[in-house]
Amino acid sequence: MHNQTILCIEVLEGVSSDMNEVDLLTKKGKYEKSSLWATIKYYRYFYLFLFIPLVYYVVFCYLPIYGATLAFKEFRYDKGIFNSPWVGFDNITRLLKDSDFLRAFANTLIISFSRIIICFPVAIILALLLNEINRSGIKKIYQTFLTIPHFFSWIVVAGIIINLLSENGTLNQIIRLLGGNSITPLTDPASFRWVLYFGQMWKESGWDSIIFLAALSGIDPELYAAASIDGANRLQSLRHITLTGIRSTIAIMLILAIGSSITSNFDAIFNLYNPSVYVTADVLGTYVYRQAFQGRADFSYAAAAGLFSSLASLILVFSANFIIKKAFKEEGII
Amino acid sequence: MQRGHIVKRNMSDKVLTGVAFTALTVFVVIALFPLYNVMIISLAKYSDISKNALYIIPKSFDLNAYTYILREKKFINAFSVSLFVTVVGTVWNMLLSTLAAYSLSKKRLPGRMFFLGAIILTMYLSGGLIPYYLIVTSLGLNNSIFSMILPVSINTFYLIIMKNYFSTISPSLEESAKIDGAHDFVILVKIIIPISMPFMATFTLFYAADRWNEWWHALIFISDVNLQPLQIFLRQILILFSNNLSSMARLMMSKSSSPVYMQSVQMASVVVATVPIMLVYPFLQKYFVKGIMVGSLKE
Repeated sequence: MHNQTILCIEVLEGVSSDMNEVDLLTKKGKYEKSSLWATIKYYRYFYLFLFIPLVYYVVFCYLPIYGATLAFKEFRYDKGIFNSPWVGFDNITRLLKDSDFLRAFANTLIISFSRIIICFPVAIILALLLNEINRSGIKKIYQTFLTIPHFFSWIVVAGIIINLLSENGTLNQIIRLLGGNSITPLTDPASFRWVLYFGQMWKESGWDSIIFLAALSGIDPELYAAASIDGANRLQSLRHITLTGIRSTIAIMLILAIGSSITSNFDAIFNLYNPSVYVTADVLGTYVYRQAFQGRADFSYAAAAGLFSSLASLILVFSANFIIKKAFKEEGII
Repeated sequence: MQRGHIVKRNMSDKVLTGVAFTALTVFVVIALFPLYNVMIISLAKYSDISKNALYIIPKSFDLNAYTYILREKKFINAFSVSLFVTVVGTVWNMLLSTLAAYSLSKKRLPGRMFFLGAIILTMYLSGGLIPYYLIVTSLGLNNSIFSMILPVSINTFYLIIMKNYFSTISPSLEESAKIDGAHDFVILVKIIIPISMPFMATFTLFYAADRWNEWWHALIFISDVNLQPLQIFLRQILILFSNNLSSMARLMMSKSSSPVYMQSVQMASVVVATVPIMLVYPFLQKYFVKGIMVGSLKE
């Protein structure tokens, strides 16, 4: 879900175009300059097309964004989200004293970063390997097998993982057959995170490789021919042509993976975790969920924790964007 | 000498391709093994897997777990809820996304950059779970089947790719119709959509898979058992019951005429829930790989 290479170009493109005078198609089939009002009238049906989609964004995206001010209020059921009284930084100071919250915050950062470092290169490697295969039939079949888990829900994936890794799961049956002692990674805080990383890898690597494969197919084959004449071996052309050619795609994908990493933890962890691994697995998403829907139903407090999660991911996107701009001299996304 | 050099290069090329092929095959086997495992366990006879020994080579072909699932009232109910959400939701998704993407692909539309900016911003900024929950609830969507459809009317990422795709269509196609006085909506339905069928099919599949896999909205908005979708049913069978597997297994056995192992039932339900996706997927794959490429690589 995070292959959003396009966005960058979007924001940059078109800003410069003059909005006051626009060429419009006349009935004679020619383009003529028109005033802003005439242009709006010309496009009136498109505003009608856009109406419901824009209402959707206002109601389901922008109202909740304003509603995030709940973090600084004390929620009362009778007054609702907008009329509850302000309490300043009360919820925030309470949060910062809560060791469970701080643990969830640290876990969120650790899991998000490790997941990217471990899973991100696998998608690139898969794309490079798929790119080496010339027979299109086999390539297509392999791609099908590698991408299909992307279309499974995390509930299905979690079910499959539990089936493999539980006390009497297939993995333990193999270990016992070889004479080892059974392991329980799903209830062991030390190894639980690895279950997450491998689960994520299994589910999404193949899918993520599609975008890199697209970038690879955009590299001019003559570059390889030229390099080969100059005596470059395959590894050298891999480094200097292939990886250089997809560098900007890698940069953008990396920024986007970092941006979505914090929120995308929830599905996997929520369906796999249990109290015995809270130490290493409880993240902001699951913490907020438990505060609101299990036990205390403390909405303002949970909203404050949620605000931290949103802010953290925003800060991560901007800093990743900044670092990649500086370090790789690549265009960022913002 | 020169000749020998070239032969050697070809050899090393072949070796490298061989290595790549082997490595990829290993990845594919790793990717497939869990699915294979699910399949054989779902089809195993109770007596074959209840001994707790390794079961990797299928010894039996037993459909008991499937008949058990398909007879379960809760399953049938959950399946129909998911079917409704998928059909109605996907139509709604495609309607709104196509209208919005087509409009936003008009480069001269006044206010376009503002709308686009506001829409893209929502990919990076969100209010968080609690305000979202309270607002959706205040709209009366609690315990409504539409809580799984309306709050996810548009996927912004898909919308942007669709918009990019529409802007690659040559304007000359629309121009002649426009000069003849055709309505914008007619142009969209009669010209744009027909030439974009493979692309539209791709996004229909994406949306359908998302709606089919819907569980998060059901988790927080739906408490009525009759409105729970398939994924929530699966969650109960797969995750919440697996902790006390033995007692569940006994329950299953006592309810069923022939013994069914809980694990087989779990895996059979995974198969039933994923089969609809697996069936359409290979046919649409070639379209979506192209679709993603067209939409995301502008040059």
